[in-house]
Amino acid sequence: MKKMWAFGLTAVLSISLLAGCGGGGNGNGKAASSPDDGGKASGSSPAGSAAAGDSGSGSSGGAKKFAIVFKNTGNPYGEKMMEGFKKAIEEKGGEAILKAPDQPTAEAQIQMIEELISQKVDSIAIAGNDPDALQPALKKAMNAGIKVLSLDSAVNAQSRLVHVNQADPERIGRTLIQGVSEMIGGEGEIAILSATSQATNQNTWIEWMKKELEDAKYSKIKLVKVAYGDDLRDKSVSETEALLKSYPNLKGIIAPTTVGIAAAGKVLTDKGLKGKVMLTGLGLPSEMAEYIESGVCPWMYLWNPIDVGYLAGYAAEALVGGELAGKTGEKFSAGTLGEKEVVADGDGTQIMLGDPFKFDSSNIAEWKAVY
Amino acid sequence: MKNRGRIALASETAETAETVAAGGASAAAPKRSASANIAKFRELGLLAFIVLLSAGVQLRNPSFLTWENINDIATNTAILSILAVGMMLVIVTRGIDLSIGATLALSGMIAALTVKQYPGANPALALLIGVGIGLACGAVLGFLVSKVRILPIIATLGMMNVFRGLTFEASGGKWVSAHQMPDSFKAIATGKLLGVNHLILIAVVIYLVAYFFVNHTRTGRQVYAVGSNPESAAISGIRTGRILGLVYTVMGGLSGLAGVLWVSKFASAQGDTASGYELSVIAACVLGGVSIAGGSGKISGIVLGSVLLGILNNALPMIDVSPFWQNWIQGMIILVAVLVNALVKRGIDRNHLMRRRI
Repeated sequence: MKKMWAFGLTAVLSISLLAGCGGGGNGNGKAASSPDDGGKASGSSPAGSAAAGDSGSGSSGGAKKFAIVFKNTGNPYGEKMMEGFKKAIEEKGGEAILKAPDQPTAEAQIQMIEELISQKVDSIAIAGNDPDALQPALKKAMNAGIKVLSLDSAVNAQSRLVHVNQADPERIGRTLIQGVSEMIGGEGEIAILSATSQATNQNTWIEWMKKELEDAKYSKIKLVKVAYGDDLRDKSVSETEALLKSYPNLKGIIAPTTVGIAAAGKVLTDKGLKGKVMLTGLGLPSEMAEYIESGVCPWMYLWNPIDVGYLAGYAAEALVGGELAGKTGEKFSAGTLGEKEVVADGDGTQIMLGDPFKFDSSNIAEWKAVY
Repeated sequence: MKNRGRIALASETAETAETVAAGGASAAAPKRSASANIAKFRELGLLAFIVLLSAGVQLRNPSFLTWENINDIATNTAILSILAVGMMLVIVTRGIDLSIGATLALSGMIAALTVKQYPGANPALALLIGVGIGLACGAVLGFLVSKVRILPIIATLGMMNVFRGLTFEASGGKWVSAHQMPDSFKAIATGKLLGVNHLILIAVVIYLVAYFFVNHTRTGRQVYAVGSNPESAAISGIRTGRILGLVYTVMGGLSGLAGVLWVSKFASAQGDTASGYELSVIAACVLGGVSIAGGSGKISGIVLGSVLLGILNNALPMIDVSPFWQNWIQGMIILVAVLVNALVKRGIDRNHLMRRRI
């Protein structure tokens, strides 16, 4: 009897385990869709069954299918992005498939791309967990006639038709330096607290920050260190504490990552360094509301993730509809965002959302409820 | 050291009836292998290593050995060390618990949601809720391991995903942020009593209780007996199932407590809070000389193991090495510790064989 029990339970557990890692798509897609209208969205994306047959006729009639794959589940930022994507797709009468893996790994995303290929979707928009590792899977998708674009976090130029950039990396980098310079009065030591040392986004922004610092007007500002908190709370806290101790004259911290800036805000609050060390960067309004209201972080920036998703939605529609091929100089209409242009980005092309948006004590109250 | 001797003796007598009495063995004057001698000093070795490491870091960055930094290390290590107590008990019974990161996230999230909903509630209530949820999670694991007899690594791996899923479900994928938590809740982790941070105090109390439990209660000794040799423990009348259930429940309860402390400390609850943290806790235990094969492990060892990891986490950012080397150094230190552990164990086993009269 006991053996039977044990066997049964082991079987159930191992199946649930397999489902947990293997099946990825179904359950995770559900968890990732925004809570408000999640039921509907996930209901319409039964990964397994849709692959069967009739739905393969997506291109010949019925609603076209537009998939979005974010980095991982449970990220409010990603959920807002998927919400915007879904809104754009539904405005044009398409069907949105929202997906995200449990863990932010390229492997998990590759599996999802494979599923989407066999599901015969018309377009895949992806926020890549790795710029290069996804190339084979995305190439395969493009060979199958699927229009591939990346958003938020770019994949390399060979594995996409176009990239939708949250905001111009150059504008972000330069704006952050201008912001911190204003906070510290144009003089003193500053440090950067980034995500992981290999994060594509952060590294590009940091490059631009360094370029902006070359300007003669910042001659009295010294960038002493770039620290990496790996987007982990405990590590970001340790790195911030280490910065404060190693550089006692530190005047400002720029944290261009949501976990990092909140962790730094907490450390500065706990150590009573408000007004002594200034904090700015890119953060989620809800996470940062406390520190912006208290003055630890006078202001910070971020783009509007709903708009990023929305723009990607319209770009995907335009790619599938043939109005866009991803070539430099092309223009298309992006709903409420107006007309957007495709510009060169290294050896690929991209579409820019615009300047980052500034959050300060005057508008944080209204935004903290949004995301 | 006394501890170790007792355990060794227990497993010896249990394993074979022909084991030679201690007197006879010393008369035969067996050659003790060098590594067995190290066993006596293993914790001293760890301590020396910590001192050397601290001195080295201090040379590179003079702000390392300051009161403020030591206080930071202790505060940042408190949660890890609390979890290490539970993990040690589990590992001593030849088990492992991979679900603690998820349990921590779940109880932290529920506690955060509670204080978000009822900002006026007493923070003690949040602690109680967190511990309660942790105990429940642990009890489920204990049941699976002891009654259903699923291998601990499988059971906890499975439940890890279940608990993570529940966390996402409970929060709807949203984070609970600093501005949604009342100050009284955040004060759990930032408050001080007699100048000492609450987290440190809680960890110290837990260590005192654990020390007493492990060394001076019958149940505590039975945990080791079950780990040394489950069959003979069962034969000698120890209810092994109960002990297994107990250690996983205690582990769950400590994870629940740690979850509330974590959320209070960082003033943020996420679905992926402490993802992968179980590995750090296991590393702290292994560094502290807890044998993965079960049966041995000491409170003083895991204190040092946690402190060493805490110092590593604090010092590596301060000595200004590239992030790639940080991981490398951390990994190498853990590897060396495990290597020493294996060598010592081999030495002890060889000694036992030599002392056996055929």
